[in-house]
Amino acid sequence: MTPSLISAESLSGLLFLGFIGITLFGALVATGAKRLIRSVAGLALCFLGVAGLYYYLASPFLALMQLLIYVGAVCVTIIFAVMLAETSENKRVVRRNPSAMALAIIASAGLVWALVTLAFKTEWKSFQAPDASGSIEKIGQSLLTTYNFSFELISVVLLVAIVGSLVLARSGRSKT
Amino acid sequence: MNILLISNCLTTYLVIGALLFGIGVYGMVQRQTFIGMLISAELVLSGASVNFMAFNRFLAPDPVVGQVFTLFIMAIAAAEAAIALSIIIAVYRNYKSIETDETVDLNG
Repeated sequence: MTPSLISAESLSGLLFLGFIGITLFGALVATGAKRLIRSVAGLALCFLGVAGLYYYLASPFLALMQLLIYVGAVCVTIIFAVMLAETSENKRVVRRNPSAMALAIIASAGLVWALVTLAFKTEWKSFQAPDASGSIEKIGQSLLTTYNFSFELISVVLLVAIVGSLVLARSGRSKT
Repeated sequence: MNILLISNCLTTYLVIGALLFGIGVYGMVQRQTFIGMLISAELVLSGASVNFMAFNRFLAPDPVVGQVFTLFIMAIAAAEAAIALSIIIAVYRNYKSIETDETVDLNG
């Protein structure tokens, strides 16, 4: 049953379990922590675990992108906003209505139950080609041929978002 | 089934994606500041990305589609974070607070 714990498959499986644990623990910290800065740290931990999951899903490129964009850019931006805007450190945290909390738990648990049941009940049909590894070359080629229009569109969206956030953050500064 | 072999199974990733989604929805309801809600929204998006990547790895005929889609989700999430954070800064200038209960004008 247990051949040996030091084989390559066993170590890989243990590492995968560790990534699952990091992901779920980070997500729980991100939603449950009292202070926002701890919540951001939990979010970064969760994204680290998700990057590991991407590596196991045969896409090291996306794991790298996850680390660069989410852990490196989005989390740091959120930390900047927390430092600029957080005021609730000194105030007592007023808890919400407990019935609303119970409703939130029931609603999210219902969603998770429905999705997990769907995942287990469905007979997934595989059309997988034998070569399952999506290499960076293929991604680049399909970005510039098949998905060219979406690629350009996402560039425009990013540009508009950057300019818009600059305008939003700039306006009103002269008033104060 | 041996528990050390679950990394090669589609259902594992679907369950992880569903758990991330549910935790994110719970956080969006429960958090009291706008930044907390933004963090929970990022959790929801990453749950969706894990699902796309799992379907891409195990079911899709073309192994590139899911990765391209996940890249687009990442770009949209980055744009969303930038816009939402600048809106949060603007709200903070007006109300001196980012609590969702205090930034109200019309409740009498």
